Parts: sequence; C-alpha cells; structure tokens
Amino acid sequence: MTVAHSGEAVHHEPQSFISKYIFSKDHKVIALQYMLTGVVVAVISGLLAMWIRLQLAWPGANYPVLEKLFPDGMGGGVMKPEFYISLVTMHGTLMVFFVISPVLLGAFGNYLIPLQIGARDMAFPFLNMLSYWVFFLATIIMLSSFFLEGGAAAAGWTSYPPLSAVKQAIPGSEMGQTFWLLAMALFIVSFTMGGLNYFATIVNMRAKGMTYMRMPMTVWSLFLATIIGLLSFPPLTAAAILLLFDRHGGTSFYLPAGLFFGNQVLPHQGGTPLLWQHLFWFLGHPEVYVLILPALGIAFDVLAPFIRKPIFGYRIVVYSFFTIGFLGMVVWGHHMFVSGMNPWLGEFFSVGTLLITIPSALIGVSLLASLWGASIRFTTPMLFALGLIAFFGLGGFGGIFLGTATSDIYLHDTYFVVGHFHFMIGGVTLLGMFAGTYYWFPKMFGRMMNETLGKIHFWSTLIPFYCVFLTQHFLGFGGMPRRYYAFNDFQYLDPIRDINVFVTICSFVLGTAQLLFLYNFFVSIIAGAKAERNPWKATTLEWTAPSPPPHGNWGAEEPVVHRWAYEYNVEGASEDFVLQTAPASKAPVTA
Amino acid sequence: MNEWKGSGEGRFFAVVMWLVPIGAVALGMRHWLPSMVSEHGAGVDRMLHYLLVATGGLLVISHLVFGYFLWRFSASPKPTFRLPSKSSERKWSLMPIIAMLFIAEGGVLVLGLPVWAKLYGAPPPDTAVIEVTAEQFAWNVRYPGADGKFGRTSSQLITLSNPLGMDRDDSIARDDIVLTNEIIVPVNKAVQIRLRGKDVLHSFFLPHHRIKQDVVPGMTIDTWFVPTETGIFELACAELCGLGHYQMRGIVRVVSEDEYRQFFSEQPPFL
Repeated sequence: MTVAHSGEAVHHEPQSFISKYIFSKDHKVIALQYMLTGVVVAVISGLLAMWIRLQLAWPGANYPVLEKLFPDGMGGGVMKPEFYISLVTMHGTLMVFFVISPVLLGAFGNYLIPLQIGARDMAFPFLNMLSYWVFFLATIIMLSSFFLEGGAAAAGWTSYPPLSAVKQAIPGSEMGQTFWLLAMALFIVSFTMGGLNYFATIVNMRAKGMTYMRMPMTVWSLFLATIIGLLSFPPLTAAAILLLFDRHGGTSFYLPAGLFFGNQVLPHQGGTPLLWQHLFWFLGHPEVYVLILPALGIAFDVLAPFIRKPIFGYRIVVYSFFTIGFLGMVVWGHHMFVSGMNPWLGEFFSVGTLLITIPSALIGVSLLASLWGASIRFTTPMLFALGLIAFFGLGGFGGIFLGTATSDIYLHDTYFVVGHFHFMIGGVTLLGMFAGTYYWFPKMFGRMMNETLGKIHFWSTLIPFYCVFLTQHFLGFGGMPRRYYAFNDFQYLDPIRDINVFVTICSFVLGTAQLLFLYNFFVSIIAGAKAERNPWKATTLEWTAPSPPPHGNWGAEEPVVHRWAYEYNVEGASEDFVLQTAPASKAPVTA
Repeated sequence: MNEWKGSGEGRFFAVVMWLVPIGAVALGMRHWLPSMVSEHGAGVDRMLHYLLVATGGLLVISHLVFGYFLWRFSASPKPTFRLPSKSSERKWSLMPIIAMLFIAEGGVLVLGLPVWAKLYGAPPPDTAVIEVTAEQFAWNVRYPGADGKFGRTSSQLITLSNPLGMDRDDSIARDDIVLTNEIIVPVNKAVQIRLRGKDVLHSFFLPHHRIKQDVVPGMTIDTWFVPTETGIFELACAELCGLGHYQMRGIVRVVSEDEYRQFFSEQPPFL
C-alpha cells in the first residue's frame, strides 16, 4: 500500500543564503525555524510567568526597575491589576499556541516526519514554507500587542466575551484583543497548512516497505494530532471573525441585549456569550491532545533505544491514540460544567470525559510496562522521557477530579485547574520537548549536547516543577481562585495565602534552571562533540542518514524498509539493535 | 554514548519517584477544604474525598511500580525480556480498562450523579428566591418583599442610585428590598439564588457552601442550596471579570429564622 516517493528533479539544493536559510523549502530548515521561534517566545513567555509569580508572592511590592521597562503597566513601580491580567492572558496564549505547538508540531513534526518515514521532504514544500511565515507573522502580531494603547489582551487565554468583546470592559479589550484575535486566526491558518502537509506526507510518501504498522510512534502521534487539529481548529477561526465583527462591526453574535457599561446601555441584542465558549473549547480541548499526543509519541521513541528492547503494546497504543482522538473531539463541554449550559449536557460530558481515562491509562501502562525486563540507560533524553511518564500519571489522575462534574463544581477556576494543566499541557509537553531535543540534537546539528549539564538541567527542572504545580493542586482544594491579582481581600484564604511565597521561590528555581538548557543548546551547536550517524544505536530511519542529513536526506538511494521500528535485542542478530532498513536475510523479522 | 553504566542513577530516580506519592499523600492528608456548611456540600465533599483516596491509591501504586522497575532494571546490563505474547499484552491491558471504568466512571455515576441531579433538580416547594445581579465589581442582592414577587427591571432605567434599573411605576416593585454585597439567608431552609448579570461574565462562588455557578448576561440562571450553619461566609467571583475581579467580595449571612424575619421587618423597601 505504500507509495515510494518519486525522486523527480525537484530537489536541487538551493544556493543563495536567502533560499537556503530564510525562505527555505527544506523541511529540516523549516523545522529549525519553528524551533528557534518557539525558543525565543518561550523565553519571553517564561519571563511573564516569573513576573506573575512575583506579584502573587508579594502583591503590591514596588519594583522601580520594572517601571522603566513598562511605564504603563508598572506605574509607580507597582503592577496594575489590568496589567497582571494581560500577563496571565499572554503567558497562557503564548505558551500553548506559540511555544508548545510550534516546537512539538512545527519543529519535531517537520523534522521527523520525512526522516522517519523515509521521504526526501514534505509533500508540499512551498506550503510548508508558507505555513512557517504565516506563523511568524502571527507571532509578531501577538507579541507587538504589548505595546498598543491599553496593552495586550486581558480576557484570559480563553478570551470569553463580553470581557473580550466590549472595549470599556478592560483596557486590554481595546486594540490588544483585536490583535489577539488576528494572531489566533493566522495561527490557525498556519496550522491548517502545516497539518494538511503532514497528513498528505504520511499518507503518500512513506518509503517502500514502510507500512502504517511499522511507523515509529512519533509519526503515529503526529498523524493523529494533525487530524484532530485539522478537524477542530477551524471553528475558532470562524469564532474569532465573529468576535471581530462584534467588536468593530456592531454585530451581536456573543452579546445579549441590555449590557450596561460605563453609564450606558449598549445597543447589542440577541447574542449569547455561551456560543463563544462552545466554539472556543471545541478547539481548546482537542488542542490539549494535539499537544499531548506528540509528546507521548516522542516518549516512546526516546524510551526504546534506552531500554534496549521493544516498547510494550505498540498496537494498543495506536488504537488508544485513535480513541483519544475521537473522544477528545466530543468532550469540550467539561470546561463548561458551571457555565450555565444545560446541566444534563454536563453529565453527558462528564461520562464521556472519564472514558478518556481508559485509553490514557492504556498508554501510561504501556510506557511503564516497556521498562519490564529492560536494560535501562540513563542518558539525558531518557531522564526526560521517564519524567514525562511520571507527569502523565499525576496529571491524568488530577484530570479525574475536573472531569467529574460534581467535584468540578468546587474545583472549577481554582488553582487546582492551574496545577493540573501545568502538569499535562505544561509538564508532559515540556519534558517531551526536552527529551526530543536532547535525543535528536545530534541528528539536527551533527553534534552532541553536554550530558552532565543535561542531567543537572533535568533534576533542577523536575523537582521544582513538583513543588510548584503539585502544591497548586492543594491551593485549589483550599478554594483559591485563579486569575486573581492578589488574595488579600478574602479571609477564607488566610491559612494558605503565604504558600504562594514558597511556590514563587520554587518557580524561580525552575525558571533559572532553563538557562542551563539554553546555554547547553547554543554552545553545543558550535562546540559540542561531533556526533556519529547513530549515536544512540537506535533503529529508526533517521539514524541511517548522515548527521545532519543533507538536502534531500538520503543521497542517491532512498531507504527501503524491511521491519517495524522497534527491533531491539533480536535473537540471531549480530548487534542488539536492527535498523529498519536491514533486510530479513540479515536478521530475523519479529514484528 | 549509550553504554550501560550501572545502577546508581536508577536507584536515585527510583527513590525520587517513591518520594513523590509520599509527598502528595502527606499534603493530601492536611485539611485544605474550607469548613463545609451546606446540605449538598456533604455530597461534594464525599466526591472529593473519594477521588483523593482512589486516585491517591493509584498514584501510590503506580509510583511504587515505576520506582521498582527503575531500581531493578537499571541493574541489568542486558535486557532479560523482549516481546510479550499478544494475549498477555491484551490481558495486561484489561487491567487499566477495568480499573478506570470502576474508579472513574463508577465514581461519577454512583457518587457524583445523585448529588448533581439533586443540586440541578427543582428546589423544594416554597423555597425563598433571592435575586443576585452581578456587575463589575459588586453583587446586587434583591428580595421580592412581602408579595413574594420581583418587580420589573430594565437596563434603560439603570442609574447610579438605581443599579438594577427597577421600574418605579410597577406596583410589585414597591416592596422589593435591595442590598449590596450582602445576602441574608435563614439557616436550614432551602434558598434559591436567581443569577443575572449586567455586563460581563462573573461566577457566584460560595467556597464554604460548595456552590459555584457562572453568571451570564442575557441569561437567568437558578441555583439553590440549604445552609446548615449560622455565621458569616464569603462570596467570591470565580470567573475573570476585569481588573477588580480579585476584589469582588460579598458575604452571606446565615441567621436563625427569627433573626431573618426580624431583619426584614426592619428593612425599608428600595423604592
């Protein structure tokens, strides 16, 4: 069923600097462009998080230095509440859509899909380039909104109207929110172009012999993530356009009659704010799986060479990905249990949401069971993959509290939610990105990252991460609401308010630890030890290409695949791993 | 780069993984929830405690296993096992399916659904209705007065001194009583809160009563509960509503029936 890629004369290597590194159509260059953009935005967005934590530990403290940086938001050196909400909004938006999405899908997707399925490039190289540059434009628009009159958007990363629709509601709802909506619409345009490309490439361009059930887990996870994204993202583009109409065209898609702001009644009528919530979460919830699945796929692929045996439950995990993909599309309402939506619909969403625990648990058990009988090698990428397993467990168990409508009544919009999603779409994806970066760095740059620094980075990330986000779960139990500028006005928070100082200190350790990664990453590009073609003694196709692979990836001859992706420790083979390209005559095919 | 290097790091990792559930359980045993003072709140708390114990158990078991695997299999220079048979793969997969069906779906259907159904079902007959209208950043509370009926309101009539836009021409409105940021309710009697919003979304959050319900402008949403203890309890806004979100505080004063009646006999009507 596979279609070998016809090596027509489209792969002339570009010569000029601009066509090689800027407007490149090479999937590997585009991948690195995504990665670099993601890293830059991650630094900005991480700093916003530190800034948020500063306020929460010591509300109203005076920082004259920061006033110079943001004279409006930090007037008199003290953070303004509206500026705080802008920071929260932008931290969430940037991390989800402009860091995790471009790194996990844009960078790893672009880099690995062609290399792991044995193609010379993506199906549509020009579309691929266009996708990146549209994304880049979206990033610039999103970041520039900080410097507008009124500041950046301040209605939360969920941008619920009327707060996000009415200019008088909050300063961020002046032009900041418009920029936010434009940037989001462009992001989805970019994702759609990229997604179609990934889908077409995986379906049509697998090397000879690369059947679906021989594909590495990373490709499977990206395949499913792409399908979910393609089906669920476009509604938000429509939703964003409708909100722009409400904001600038006087329409009333989300605005009911009788809204009263600043001593006047607004002329809207007939809309409902709940419409936006449905449309947003129709994207928003599947987005979680779009981000989590590739991280899980990467975890399996990183695990395999460091347990020196096949992963457990390949088929079961593939089926679980499909199940999660389907169920993930129909449970968006669990974000809306107390929104005013029909409560019986809530109970349906609750039952559906908890069904997702089944494929999730199957994936978790398969990750765990892969360790059985292994010979574990504790390299840096392996440490991150193992940490990911632990985060996936803890995050998943926390999700049951929120998926159960009855307990969500109390926990909704508290710090329990903040702790939970930071473990899942914050932690699992973060560790997945790090595992993938340490693992494929030798392929990307032809050099190794420093192992000692990597290991220090791992432990100084993992431990403070627990201190910050596990603690937040319990603050949520104490009833601490999220998106609060300060907690001084409520007596029931007295016993737990000061825990925020501890959380903030730990988050600073966590943030500082990431400097180790940045240093290791950039120094290793120039001065890391030279990497061989296959430094981890792994089996998948990318390791048969030179490090870094040339334009067109494979030289004159395209790879032919003879076996699945996890042939480790095969009896009768000369080494403890067998490349996917090794014919059956060289070593027995076992799966 | 990928040679077997002995088991030291594996043992360290294993110990850290064993410490995680110990830390989580130690934290989980502390009393975090604010005191509980409503009838259905007991059901919500039962749900929360069940989940704490059930998922806490899963957390402990999974981390014990994880740590054990790390400890044991970091000590083998060569793998001792390769592929499970298809049937044993299926058998091991059955375990999480049954566990999750039982723990998660069982919890939601057996413990959760009855509480949810009661809370979102109709309140007992002749439950007192109190209207709470949220705005940036205050809670306007209205009682129907002696006639038990709320008078007409219109956003066109809203002024600084008439924040609900009550209609002076409506005779039913004349005995309505209006309070700001304060709700007074009798103990051990069901009260129905009729939520309305003037501007953006808010959320009516009574942490002690385990009540949370979003306020949506354009919609009238009812929620009800039975307070079981007298005292003063806080009302917080739990849906981002603007720059004063963190200060949008109200109080619920739960009093005896006598005090409740006396309070309203002394309270002048709004218009």
